[in-house]
Amino acid sequence: MAWLLIIVPLLVAAMAAVAPSNRWRPWLVPLGGLAHLALVIAALRGGPVFALQGWLVLDPLGKLVLGFISVLFFLCALYAPGYLALRSDRPNRVFCSCLMVMLAMMTLVTLSHQLGLMWVAMEATTLATAPLLFFNHNPRSLEATWKYLLIASVGTALALLGSFFLAYSSLREGLTSTLLFDDLVNLAPQLSRPWLHTAFVLLLVGYGTKMGLAPMHTWKPDAYGEAPGLVGALLAGGVTSCAFLAILRFHRICVAAQEDAFARQILVFVGLLSMTVAAVFMVRQRDFKRMLAYSSVEHMGILAFGVGVGGLATFGALLHLLTNGLTKGALFLSAGNIHRAYGSKLTDEVRGANRRLPVSGPLFLIGFLAITGSPPGGPFRSEFTILSGTIGAGRFIVAAMFLLLLGAVFVGMGATVLRVVQGAPSARAEATQYRDHLQVVAPILAFLGLVLLLGVYIPAPLESLLRNAVSFVEGAR
Amino acid sequence: MNQLLDPILVAVLLLNLVALGASQLRTVIHAVALQGVLLGLTIVAAHNTVTVWVILMAAATIALKGVVIPRMLFHAIREVVIRREVEPIIGFVGSLLLGGAGTALAVIFAKTLPIAHEQIGSLIVPAALSTVLTGFLILTTRTKAISQVVGYLVLENGVFIFGLLLVEAMPFLVEIGVLLDLFVAIFIMGIIIYQISQEFSTASTRELSALKE
Amino acid sequence: MTHTLLHIVLLLGVPPLLPGVIGKTKAWFAGRNGPPVFQLYYDLAKLLRKGSVFSTTTTWVFRAGPVVGIATALLAGLLVPFGGQPAPISFAGDLILFAYLFGLGRFFTASAALDTGSSFEGMGAAREVTFACLAEPALFFGFLVLAKLSASLSLTTMLHVRFPSGWGVTGASLVLLAASLFIVLLVENSRIPFDDPNTHLELTMIHEVMVLDHGGPALGMILYGAALKLFVIGAVLLRVVAPVDAGNAWADAGIFVATMLALAVAIGVVESVMARFRLVFAPTFLVAACLLSAFSMILLLR
Repeated sequence: MAWLLIIVPLLVAAMAAVAPSNRWRPWLVPLGGLAHLALVIAALRGGPVFALQGWLVLDPLGKLVLGFISVLFFLCALYAPGYLALRSDRPNRVFCSCLMVMLAMMTLVTLSHQLGLMWVAMEATTLATAPLLFFNHNPRSLEATWKYLLIASVGTALALLGSFFLAYSSLREGLTSTLLFDDLVNLAPQLSRPWLHTAFVLLLVGYGTKMGLAPMHTWKPDAYGEAPGLVGALLAGGVTSCAFLAILRFHRICVAAQEDAFARQILVFVGLLSMTVAAVFMVRQRDFKRMLAYSSVEHMGILAFGVGVGGLATFGALLHLLTNGLTKGALFLSAGNIHRAYGSKLTDEVRGANRRLPVSGPLFLIGFLAITGSPPGGPFRSEFTILSGTIGAGRFIVAAMFLLLLGAVFVGMGATVLRVVQGAPSARAEATQYRDHLQVVAPILAFLGLVLLLGVYIPAPLESLLRNAVSFVEGAR
Repeated sequence: MNQLLDPILVAVLLLNLVALGASQLRTVIHAVALQGVLLGLTIVAAHNTVTVWVILMAAATIALKGVVIPRMLFHAIREVVIRREVEPIIGFVGSLLLGGAGTALAVIFAKTLPIAHEQIGSLIVPAALSTVLTGFLILTTRTKAISQVVGYLVLENGVFIFGLLLVEAMPFLVEIGVLLDLFVAIFIMGIIIYQISQEFSTASTRELSALKE
Repeated sequence: MTHTLLHIVLLLGVPPLLPGVIGKTKAWFAGRNGPPVFQLYYDLAKLLRKGSVFSTTTTWVFRAGPVVGIATALLAGLLVPFGGQPAPISFAGDLILFAYLFGLGRFFTASAALDTGSSFEGMGAAREVTFACLAEPALFFGFLVLAKLSASLSLTTMLHVRFPSGWGVTGASLVLLAASLFIVLLVENSRIPFDDPNTHLELTMIHEVMVLDHGGPALGMILYGAALKLFVIGAVLLRVVAPVDAGNAWADAGIFVATMLALAVAIGVVESVMARFRLVFAPTFLVAACLLSAFSMILLLR
């Protein structure tokens, strides 16, 4: 079963690479996504998934992230044919196959319990997403792809060094050196402390680069700004979740070693730093896609913050993983539509989206309201949970900072979004060919529907999945 | 065998200095290639028992890091027809001094990380950390895209040195995966560099400043 | 007693042989016959017989330059052990005196150059002093390593230290130290790759330009002083590279002279094989030399 989850997308990628027709090739992507989703649902229902002598294991946290990634990919994949039909002047062979390879590698990250294999899969997602970023083939996207590759590769190298440090921390104590997650958790109390601490810092920096935590976030605005909206949604929701999963695995090891005070402090600090950076750069942001990138940095900070506080806040953080990803999906896809309609991403030229795009414009606005924490959206629920967890733990100062930064981001983001959606569109904008149609709008509606659902009611199976994941991360104490 | 390890690592540290201070791009690439060859030799030196598999791994490392990747870099230089000289932000003397300071810091920090006493030589951790720092320094202070790629290579070499501590215990699958990934990453970077020069008719990343804030 | 006499005889007699050997090596590389090995002796004899002409713009500083150069080199030579024998004068801290005797000599040479009032001499003086500034830390780091190893601050004890056996880290550290000291040797004596002793193009001279105005006995003193300096610093290097002790004063002297000639050949080889560095690159190289000895220190101190 574990093998199927990885092989099937790779097979579809191979098919996309050889498929001759530029018009029909995009349809392979939703088909692949559907197959993957079906397999994932079967895996979630079925018994334990176990392969390669413990190298591939589907643990509770993996179940949550894998399920989410599959849903995210499927909905984005439904958007892909419509989008690629609009860009039919570009060849999409590389685009489609890289999308599927990215899905396969993200699955591998969630499944691997051998931390070295997880690292390999993470670097593979970097390599698979680079061609996707470069889809527009202009100087700006070249610059964005270069920065992305360079910074992500440096992060991965540091993450590898951290993995080595972690493996050595067991060797130093005379135990068998291992990078198997379960073994490390069992051996955790005996691991050498200086090595463990340094390893955690390096791993946080390395995987945090992929996640987009400050100060390793500098590639994000360029990459998200220049990538097609579809790719942005997958990066913001999928790849960052995988990187976060990796960090959570290391956090679990620290918890087992009773070094979690150290780990939590760093996580809270990095989380608040990310939120601050996002708030600062969000002000007067003229490019609404870069604004979304900074929003992603902020929410990654919220995730780190939630896990750093622990307890109820961890539940909130994991729920936020889902709600943030889904809302970002909606935001990026509608931003992509707006970009197509106006031919520009700058707020000087993009005005009156509500009138020009009667569906995408308001959906963009609703997405903004949801992501900044308005009820009854999903993010409101998750952020509120994190906040109550923080206050319940008695940490009033960081809770106050959390609230303050959320407010600052709301103001900054709001200025940009309102400028985009309100007002009257220019005549040049009216002249472009683009019109909202079902194929490019339905996925956005689906995303927002799910976000609304999660804000109001969490279905029982999802709730138990979340609780299992929380106890997995916190160590089932 | 193990006694050879320390002198080889000292040579690797010296090559870091060369990579930091050399003004000719070709010299820097040669230095990194030589570093790769030396690292292949360290694989043999780090093992207590030398099997055929160890020799194969060493040969593969030497081939990849010492021959193939430098060749690709030289090819990229020729294709892109860039001026041979490296243009640093800090200046060569400054880079050298920072590299020296970084090495000293790495040695000091490595003292806080205890090593199991039966391990081979205590120079591995300082050498690894200082090579990582050197790679970082080259990466951040150079403007030419090729120089940044070379900096990344040195960084990876540093990580590799540290892997020597685990060479008997780590499964080879991951080692090979590491090298492969490096190869592919560099390959793509090379293509990008080529594209950078096509778009801007220079291979300097100073030109890549359109995206700000 | 004998070893002191031998020391003084070697110090006074052998140095002019070195430039001759270097010249012969370079000639051999170039396929020429070259000047005879004892050429500098003939030149010194010729120069001492000549009269002196001094420019009216110069003062006593100009006359003092060559004299101080020889005096300091001779004094420094008394501090350094040749071969396996101890030096005639040694006390704790004499390594600092050693380094700054050369500094004094260089100061007076540079002052004599500035005293002529010509801009070329000033230019050469400025360059020479810059290089010396950068070479000094390298020298001192090297001395620090030796001092740490021998737990003493006297040159004789330091240079007679028993280096710990076993290749490995100590070997690497010694190689680094020797390389650093060799570079210091090249810089202090204005050899390629830092300065070309044969060039007389005005824009490329460094050391040569400082002594351009001297003639007659003064020039003889300068040439002899330069050879002395090469001899003395080379003696320090040789103790690190070839620490051979035969026990007997005469045997030690013989071995010492032989190794010194080998060093001269090595310098000749380096001069034939390399070209002079671009002027802006020389400081980088010197900083690298500093770092080499700093490395050597780090490796030994761990």
